[in-house]
Amino acid sequence: MSQVHIKTKINGDNIEFLCDPEETLLDILRDKLHLTGTKEGCGTGDCGACSITLDGKLVCSCLVLGAEADNSEISTIEGMSNGEKLHPLQQKFLDHAALQCGVCTPGILVAAKSLLEKNPDPTESEVRYWLAGNLCRCTGYDKIIKAVLDAAKEMRS
Amino acid sequence: MRYVAAKSAEEASNFLLQETGVSRVLAGGTDVLVQMKSGMIEPDLIVDIKKIPGIRNITELDGFFRIGAAVSGSEVKDHENINKMLPGVVEALDLIGSTQIQGRCTMVGNLCNASPAADSVPALVAVNAKVNIIGPQGERSCNVEEIPIAPGKTSLKKGEFIVSVDIPYRPEFSSDAYLRFTPRTEMDIAVVSASVAIEMSKEGICENAKVVLGAVAPTVKIVGDASKEIVGTKLDESSLKKMSLKCVEICEPISDKRGTVEFRTEVAGVLASRAAKIAYKRAGF
Ligand code: FES
Ligand code: FES
Repeated sequence: MSQVHIKTKINGDNIEFLCDPEETLLDILRDKLHLTGTKEGCGTGDCGACSITLDGKLVCSCLVLGAEADNSEISTIEGMSNGEKLHPLQQKFLDHAALQCGVCTPGILVAAKSLLEKNPDPTESEVRYWLAGNLCRCTGYDKIIKAVLDAAKEMRS
Repeated sequence: MRYVAAKSAEEASNFLLQETGVSRVLAGGTDVLVQMKSGMIEPDLIVDIKKIPGIRNITELDGFFRIGAAVSGSEVKDHENINKMLPGVVEALDLIGSTQIQGRCTMVGNLCNASPAADSVPALVAVNAKVNIIGPQGERSCNVEEIPIAPGKTSLKKGEFIVSVDIPYRPEFSSDAYLRFTPRTEMDIAVVSASVAIEMSKEGICENAKVVLGAVAPTVKIVGDASKEIVGTKLDESSLKKMSLKCVEICEPISDKRGTVEFRTEVAGVLASRAAKIAYKRAGF
């Protein structure tokens, strides 16, 4: 089986890797590049734990082949904070206790960030619809939604 | 498995033609990768079509929109003129999967997956969409409804794949609407669906109508008799009632965990009538 040579930019860094044609981008991020912030929940596009942005678009990395990522720009949760300084969304998640086990959190943060880039002033139901593909077994969602709305408010001011 | 990114439509068609094992076209991957993961398919060759020039573009041509096969659902949703002219198509696309899925999934993928419950298919059929196909014999085009022939099966021949969808512009005083029934509001699969496209005179009389049902038969159903009941009317209650009955008559659904035959049949009529009312309103009446 011939491996594919891929060049990408991940969180601003040029990164090259070799992958098998059937390897998903999620597996590559986690197992090859050791960017384990991105989680695997279902592996079939249902839970959103593996959310990343690919060329600016929010996608499930479990449904992208590594081979497809050639010449693309990828952002993961690891690129969200500015060094030690947390992104407002991350800070608000802490302030509102919007997580328990935390498995869904990186995906939700990445998804919420992409929402606020598109729509800095979303309504509660817009946030709920946007995040409908991010499942959380712990929080009951309420605190997540509050944290996102609060972060949006802070980022607007 | 091998992965190739085709540089032209002809090259992609050639790859598909030459492959002796199982091959799959990859655009958004939201069905193909799930099927690979679940072991439903084990492709020997994946042909990625996203690098083909123009295949990710929406163009406004003389009389119709041309939407490339690799344009994602969210890109269609964000297109201003498509929103204006084809709200029913947009709302069908908006119901497919989550935000993440919509960033990748394509209309052509939804069509070629050939699920009887595909959301965008009834909506595309209602507005007379056509697909352009490239294959070993060159180019051809056909109506959207000619593609799915049975659940999971399409009429595409070896080496053929769809490169774009053409949707005619809608005249003035016309509109469309898509409705589906699901137990949840999001992230679900249609139990029954209905799409209605109408063209009205400026006095508010229906001149042309197309009523299409999804998930009530192995493939999408065009209910010609239902359209006849509303043409020439102002979509008053009694014509809508007659239209609903024609929808009910044509249904041949299955019973499964999502719904029974009786439920699907009855709801098909209700949805068609509601969709017609929405389209009527959208057309400006
Ligand atoms: S792991 Fe990708 S959506 Fe669940
Ligand atoms: S915090 Fe545990 S799944 Fe969301």
